[in-house]
Amino acid sequence: MSFLNKVLAIVGKDVVAELRTKEMFSSMLVFALLVIVIFSFSFELRVENVAQVAPGILWVTFVFASTLELNRSLAMEMENGCLDGLFLAPMDRSAIYFGKMLGNLIFISAIEALMLPIFSVLFDLNLILPSLLLTIFLGTIGFAAVGTLLSAIAVNTRAREVMLPVLLFPIILPVVISATKVTGGILDGVPLADWAHWLRFLVAFDIIFLAVSYMTFDFVVQG
Amino acid sequence: MSKSLRIEDVLNWLSGLSMMVALYLVFVYAPTEATMGHVQRIFYFHVSSAWVGFFAFLVTLVGGIAYLRGGNRDWDTVALSSVEIGLTFTAMAVITGSIWAKATWNAWWPWQQEPRLVLVSILLLLYLAYLMLRAFVEGEERKARFAAVYGIVAFVSVPFTFMSVRWWQRLHPVVFEREGTHLAPAMLATFLFCLVAFTILYFTLLLHRSRLGRLADQAEGLKERLRTGEGG
Repeated sequence: MSFLNKVLAIVGKDVVAELRTKEMFSSMLVFALLVIVIFSFSFELRVENVAQVAPGILWVTFVFASTLELNRSLAMEMENGCLDGLFLAPMDRSAIYFGKMLGNLIFISAIEALMLPIFSVLFDLNLILPSLLLTIFLGTIGFAAVGTLLSAIAVNTRAREVMLPVLLFPIILPVVISATKVTGGILDGVPLADWAHWLRFLVAFDIIFLAVSYMTFDFVVQG
Repeated sequence: MSKSLRIEDVLNWLSGLSMMVALYLVFVYAPTEATMGHVQRIFYFHVSSAWVGFFAFLVTLVGGIAYLRGGNRDWDTVALSSVEIGLTFTAMAVITGSIWAKATWNAWWPWQQEPRLVLVSILLLLYLAYLMLRAFVEGEERKARFAAVYGIVAFVSVPFTFMSVRWWQRLHPVVFEREGTHLAPAMLATFLFCLVAFTILYFTLLLHRSRLGRLADQAEGLKERLRTGEGG
């Protein structure tokens, strides 16, 4: 089996498991609705222009949803010793990293795709714009790249549900800052040239953290 | 043993003396700043603390990489010691910065005007997470391994955080420019001396803290031997 096939085998396994149980999709749908309701009550009663707070709400929701998904992704492998089985498989550890990373990327993107229309309807804003989708995708790669590595660390600690956000949030802060800025720029109708540097910044973050996580993942899962 | 003791003695005296000289330079020798007055004197210790914090986290990165490559426990002790010292100095930088901001902008927390203060407080959070991680992992070897990986990832994120905070601030009007590069010669001399004094203090603390860590490791090993000896 080539490297790519091994990676795809892991992704396929995760996708099939989700399609069978539909655990995450149903819970995420309810989660998204609840977050929007909570934000509406805590902000909207005082804010006159929703577009001003929408980028913040959107990204806070994405960060929370990603954290839930990342936690679940490796916690699932801990049951019945699945993770040990995965490591016994005759393949490079980096294939496991990229497999889980791609799986996380697919799931988080799917959750976001689920949430965007709900946001658009409830906030009465058009959020389904190509430039915004690109920004969200770049930000999500960043979350998945670091998140996969850190969730592998967090599942091996006590209090693992708390550990992942504590480790993850300070590191993905640049992604949140830049993605929120770009989202605000897009919603305000600012021309592309004014936030192109933020997009390049996101791409650089994604590439560097994919590389660093790939290089260090081996040390996290050994032993 | 006696040789390492001598290095410690030299560093102890050197850091004590240089801190005394630094205090003299800051409060007596350096001229009072024209617009900000005496408050500006906080600058010397503020920037030096921030520098030591940053340098300490760089040492943690190096220690982490060295540990992952060779598996020598001493490197992990150095990395952990450096984080503890770095956090102390970072906290000092945040507190002094906040006091200075209150005097300059009349706000304890200048989110818009001073991105560097925001950055330093994010550093504080990053490395608090590092300590939390160590507290929540079972097993010394695994603890060291996870901490080394997190030390690397955390340090790599620092330039990104710095740039994003910088750019984020640029969209707002710059209310007040720091005096920056045009320091009077006496001020510059004081500042450079403070940097050196704080760096010496850092190495002194690192030496003591690492030695303490190694001794604690040894004591743990002896206890373990005693326990298994009694059992068998």
